[in-house]
Amino acid sequence: MIANRRELLKGGAMVASLMLAAGVLGPAAHAAGAAAGKGAFDAKSLADLVKALGYGTPAESKDVSITAPDIAENGAVVPLGVATTLGNVKQVMLLVEKNPSVLAALFNVSPEIDANFSTRVKMGQSSNVFAVAVTEDNKVFFAQKEVKVTLGGCGG
Amino acid sequence: MADPMRIRAQAAGDKTTVRVLMAHEMESGQRKDSAGKTIPAWHISEVSASLNGKVVMTAEWGPSVSKNPFLQFTIKGAKAGDKVAVNWTDNKGDKRTDEATVS
Repeated sequence: MIANRRELLKGGAMVASLMLAAGVLGPAAHAAGAAAGKGAFDAKSLADLVKALGYGTPAESKDVSITAPDIAENGAVVPLGVATTLGNVKQVMLLVEKNPSVLAALFNVSPEIDANFSTRVKMGQSSNVFAVAVTEDNKVFFAQKEVKVTLGGCGG
Repeated sequence: MADPMRIRAQAAGDKTTVRVLMAHEMESGQRKDSAGKTIPAWHISEVSASLNGKVVMTAEWGPSVSKNPFLQFTIKGAKAGDKVAVNWTDNKGDKRTDEATVS
């Protein structure tokens, strides 16, 4: 039974990646990307997310690094960076565990760019943040860091 | 439609660091207005960057990305004078493209 599910997810992922190649790399004719179409942005945890995208089980790795402040003074703008020294990385993602929308951003890596991105995200509360790298063979590696958010609501 | 993006692309050796600041409300869909109604989610959903016309990076964003999003990434093999274009599409179908030259 498990083998069947895996085949199903693998098949789904192949179709979706064809869609990705056809859709996202074109002039963006639609408003939802391929991962969004697979429900990636509705996933409530890293495990749900990799299942939705048809990837393997995530493994913590020292080859993925996450740059984040220990304490974020403004939860509306928290700078996050993800980088990896792994080879054959096709996708890199940033997740905020306690956000209503766990997947914050997903980056598709091409040979012309480094698998190294920075952006700023909103964090509703202190939470673990994950930087995830997915290799060409759908293996998932991640690093995590706890970021405390001081919203300053109760007078700091 | 929206305000222009600020793109800075600087070459250092064979790597070019591209920094983009986009102007967008990025409503997460979690806030409520004064009448108590939830403000609908309105955020950039896809971003792509191209070097001299060839797409080199695509990204999908959710509602967690901050307002007026900042993005930094590194292109290998670009040189001064190359054109970097960044394009975003939001979940309402609006889009915007801006271009900068690598310095």
